[in-house]
Amino acid sequence: MSGALKEVRNRIKSVQSTQQITKAMKMVSAAKLRRAQDAITQMRPYAQKLQEMLSNIVSTSEGDVAIDLATERPVENVLILLVTSDRGLCGGYNSNLIKLAKSLVKDKYPSQLAAGKVRFLPIGKKGYEHFSKNGFKVVDTYWDIFTGLSFEKVQTAAQYAMNAFANKEVDAVEIVYSEFKNAASQVYIAEQFLPVKKVAETGSRKKSDFIFEPSKEVLIAELMPKILNTQLYKAVLDGNASEHGARMTAMDKASDNANELLKSLKISYNRARQAAITTELTEIVSGAAALQG
Amino acid sequence: MTLEILTPERKIFSGEVYGVQLPGISGLFEVLDKHAPLVSALKDGKLKILKDKSNTVSYTIQSGFVEVLNNKATVLVEGAVEN
Repeated sequence: MSGALKEVRNRIKSVQSTQQITKAMKMVSAAKLRRAQDAITQMRPYAQKLQEMLSNIVSTSEGDVAIDLATERPVENVLILLVTSDRGLCGGYNSNLIKLAKSLVKDKYPSQLAAGKVRFLPIGKKGYEHFSKNGFKVVDTYWDIFTGLSFEKVQTAAQYAMNAFANKEVDAVEIVYSEFKNAASQVYIAEQFLPVKKVAETGSRKKSDFIFEPSKEVLIAELMPKILNTQLYKAVLDGNASEHGARMTAMDKASDNANELLKSLKISYNRARQAAITTELTEIVSGAAALQG
Repeated sequence: MTLEILTPERKIFSGEVYGVQLPGISGLFEVLDKHAPLVSALKDGKLKILKDKSNTVSYTIQSGFVEVLNNKATVLVEGAVEN
């Protein structure tokens, strides 16, 4: 009997210490989430202004401006940028992203996949591990961007994609990441990165008589890579925030579950303890009764 | 005029200045008060803020853009370090 008691006590202890870990992880994620959100807010004015500049130029220029990075061509080789996280224990975050990337390839580029012309560029260790273990073609230079995340590092990855596109090594680049909505929900999305989608004119902006220096064409050619850099940077930051959000909710749930488990364990512990006391009492009482005879 | 320097990582500078010197892609130029609307590409180089006629702060910047509109200059660069 005391064996069962001890067993339950040990389980209670282990659940309690697990709960302590999940609680701590939740708190750490909450703090990191704040920082990740700050980074997004810091980036926003830059991204907005960049877009504004582009629409300024496009809206004042007559006719289409030919942009190399926006020219569509028959798709033979595909590159998928996939933003996952470096660490696990964040619920379905990584597996959802990997699933989305795979279904994207299956639906949109089945023939290229069959011909082995789909490459993955994972950002984040989890995606890298998955795709390199399962025999996909993987570009393995940029998966560790999250260690010491900075714009420069993201920029090199974006640069790689742009160069590959410009040299016609790939004809389409897609980016799979998770957009940060709030701590409890992420939206997993796949976005076309290259060729650049045509810029829609943003309503009736007041046209100012800008002096363009050196020329609109050069400006657009300069602006394009910058916008793409920012787009990828946004995806990475969003991914980062989503990861922490997902981990926070996962750990919150884990703590709750641990509580439930503790409750039922405590009940069975007390039951076993009482049963032990009862048997002991019966033994004593019946012993005394036997003595009195 | 108002000057704002933005990078993807944060806002580097914001405030009233007398003028600013910029490393344009086709040569160094300066933007002073009430400059006409302008969009220009910038290359790597030194950006100098003229807080007033004698007081200057300079930054080393990476390539980017500047937009001047309604007496407000917005500099977008991918990186900037004060020196």
